[in-house]
Amino acid sequence: MEKVTKIVVMAKQVPDTRNVGKDAMTAEGTVNRAALAAIFNPEDLNALEMALQMKDTLGNATVHVLTMGPQRAADIIREAMFRGADGGYLLSGKEFAGSDTLATSYALSCALRKINPDIIVAGRQAIDGDTAQVGPQVAEKLDLPQVTYAEELVAINDREITIKRRLERGSEVVVAPLPAVITVNASAKECRPRNAKRVMKFKYALATSELAAADDKRRAFIDERSCLHIVEFAAADVDPDPTQLGLSGSPTKVKKIENVVFQAKEAKTLTADDKDIEALMQELIASHTLG
Amino acid sequence: MANFFSDNKDLQYHLSHPLMKRIIELKERNFADAALYDYAPQDADDALDSYHRVLDIVGEVCGEVLAPNAEGIDHEGPRVVNDHVEYASGTVRNLEALNAAGLGGMTLPRRFDGLNMPVTCFAMANEMVARADAGFENIWGLQDCAETINEFATEEIKAKFLPRVSAGETCAMDLTEPDAGSDLGAVMLKATWDEEAGVWRLNGCKRFITNGDGDISLVLARTEEGTKDARGLSMLIYDKRDGGVKVRRIENKLGIKGSPTCELVFNNAPAVLVGDRKMGLIKYVMSLMNAARLGIAAQSTGLCEAAYREALKYAAEREQFGKAINEFAAVREMLKNMEAKTLASRAMLYETARFVDIYKQLTHISHDRSLEAEERQEMKFYNRLADGFTPLAKMFASEYANEVAYDSIQIHGGSGYMKDYACERLYRDARIMNIYEGTTQLQVVAAINHVTKGTYLEQMLRYEQEPRTEATAAMGAQLQELRKVYEQVVERVETLDKECNGYKELHSRRLVEIAGYIIISHLMVRQATEVEGDYLNPAKIFVKYAAKKIAEAASYINASETSDVELFG
Repeated sequence: MEKVTKIVVMAKQVPDTRNVGKDAMTAEGTVNRAALAAIFNPEDLNALEMALQMKDTLGNATVHVLTMGPQRAADIIREAMFRGADGGYLLSGKEFAGSDTLATSYALSCALRKINPDIIVAGRQAIDGDTAQVGPQVAEKLDLPQVTYAEELVAINDREITIKRRLERGSEVVVAPLPAVITVNASAKECRPRNAKRVMKFKYALATSELAAADDKRRAFIDERSCLHIVEFAAADVDPDPTQLGLSGSPTKVKKIENVVFQAKEAKTLTADDKDIEALMQELIASHTLG
Repeated sequence: MANFFSDNKDLQYHLSHPLMKRIIELKERNFADAALYDYAPQDADDALDSYHRVLDIVGEVCGEVLAPNAEGIDHEGPRVVNDHVEYASGTVRNLEALNAAGLGGMTLPRRFDGLNMPVTCFAMANEMVARADAGFENIWGLQDCAETINEFATEEIKAKFLPRVSAGETCAMDLTEPDAGSDLGAVMLKATWDEEAGVWRLNGCKRFITNGDGDISLVLARTEEGTKDARGLSMLIYDKRDGGVKVRRIENKLGIKGSPTCELVFNNAPAVLVGDRKMGLIKYVMSLMNAARLGIAAQSTGLCEAAYREALKYAAEREQFGKAINEFAAVREMLKNMEAKTLASRAMLYETARFVDIYKQLTHISHDRSLEAEERQEMKFYNRLADGFTPLAKMFASEYANEVAYDSIQIHGGSGYMKDYACERLYRDARIMNIYEGTTQLQVVAAINHVTKGTYLEQMLRYEQEPRTEATAAMGAQLQELRKVYEQVVERVETLDKECNGYKELHSRRLVEIAGYIIISHLMVRQATEVEGDYLNPAKIFVKYAAKKIAEAASYINASETSDVELFG
């Protein structure tokens, strides 16, 4: 039988920081999660699309989403299934609370060792932390080649992948052997929409802990259909070194958080005179606002 | 994230109408599909939940993809390349997005890969698509041609074409010709039986064909040589994959520029027959047209929504004399009237769609088993209402689309006349809506029978029996008085028509409009009774407006003597 290529997309549920209102921050300077909608991290959606394109090209492949987070993070796994993913893994437990990028990439890499995928795809960075560290760290921990800033899937077969990378001043095409980790830019193709039939098929998919809380009828319904069961890993399921998890595994320490308020400086009135405009141009170029 | 479903509470209200339960029952037939298809619902709540979810996808694609593409499509438009239509690039992206979302075959049965959703939900999808881009809605909404195939074609033809519609192939209905517009009985496109190939061959020309280069076309053609009227016409399917049709030109239109309006030349194009010969116009086009008219009502409602929102936004942003212009009474009144007309179009649209759903579904069931006496009666009852309401829905919504788009420009002032705001495109797009799929004048011809036969009056009396609240009781009473005015003028017209042939025809639009105003007012009052907060003021505004229009029409009729027939003769 032909080999089935296993693709895993690492995704994160994040607070929607794109439309921040006045309630976005708590008095303590942390993100007020209750005031912001929890969404699929935007670049992870680009990653999902690229993973689905890989599947479309290969034919014989599966796409699963791996996410670490609280129970409600299963929402983005369902969302991914509506858009084309075959299923997902929820890595959840209090041991993971307070993880920085190092502890996160460690936990994810433990789960990935269990899953053993051929290709790992992730968004470049999440909009809540903007670190862009987790993808590369996972690649290091699993000792896999990594292709960052991926913009376009050029070609793929079951041995290697060709990717166009978006760089600061241009682009380059690279070939990587598989397995590999790919992190995807926002400039890559947008994710395909939810599909009507898939939504109707997968809307009742539940992770193990959600299933335990469901009523008997729903449980019986899902038990009959394995495709509706989202795999849930507790910490113990992925054989970690407990000291590398959560707060204890996170060397990042937040020293202080400040609210920075940009204040408008004094306004300046210009005439339509060429000299005035010329002077403004010079000023803007000097301050690197222009050019 | 823009979502045209989740941002529209009114649509959600209509989806929760009590009749939806009966529609689901008929549509899902004991939920037998649940054992066969993994996306079929288990029960009524499950079905309604799926409708919500699917419409939410439509809303998102409309808000995120279709609406941002609309302006580009309007500028770029389609072209003819090598005798075929090449869509504007935005149109291609729209179709890709909708097909990726799996929204073809919305109403088709699951055995043809369809979503098996009610006509009411399809109308909602059409409304949202039209709000995003009315011209594009023409292309996408034509999937309702598949309903006609599903209703009248053989199982073999259905199995061949319907899954392709579900997969996103586009349709066309090739009816009109240079000398056969409103008068379709004059169609001359010739169909001859090719014994050797075992197919019909089409020869001739079609004109003003929306999406004329679609994948699957329903063609009205003359199969009976030597005939000259409707009785010689049959309905056939032309498959673009077979070839034989060239696009001679695309019309340069005032609006809906993304929708290719084609002149087609048929040269021995092969085709298969749908249903029985000679029934093309008499039976199948009538069914097709009713569905298409409901489609235009949905398109018009979507346009009202778009034009109203543009005006609302502009009026809040634009400042004159030191305040936003929406603080001026003249502007506010326009906005409130636009809102009321938009809600009114929608109320009429979905009331009609629900009637269509029930009788259509009972018709489908009757093909599989004989109906119980009660079901037969139910089918007849809703069939009559659907026939009566469809022309009213199309007529009112399309006229309101024009009025709301007109006022939208007015609120934008001089800026609205420039190409810088969407309202000018909406105004151009609206202008066709009370023309195609039967002009308003032709809707009156279809509706006047229901004035005479009492369909409207009976339904008014039924609406009068519906419960009212303290807040809506006065409007309910006012509508009873207006109904008496309606009865009086109908009687006058019927009486004078006996004396003078042509008197009824002279006043038919006024009579139909009076009926429409009363019926729509009832729907608005019903909404206000159910959800006071959102609907009470729009209902009051609409009833005031309706009362004014009715008074005007009634006083015209009452002052009109039989000699007026000659005056306008």
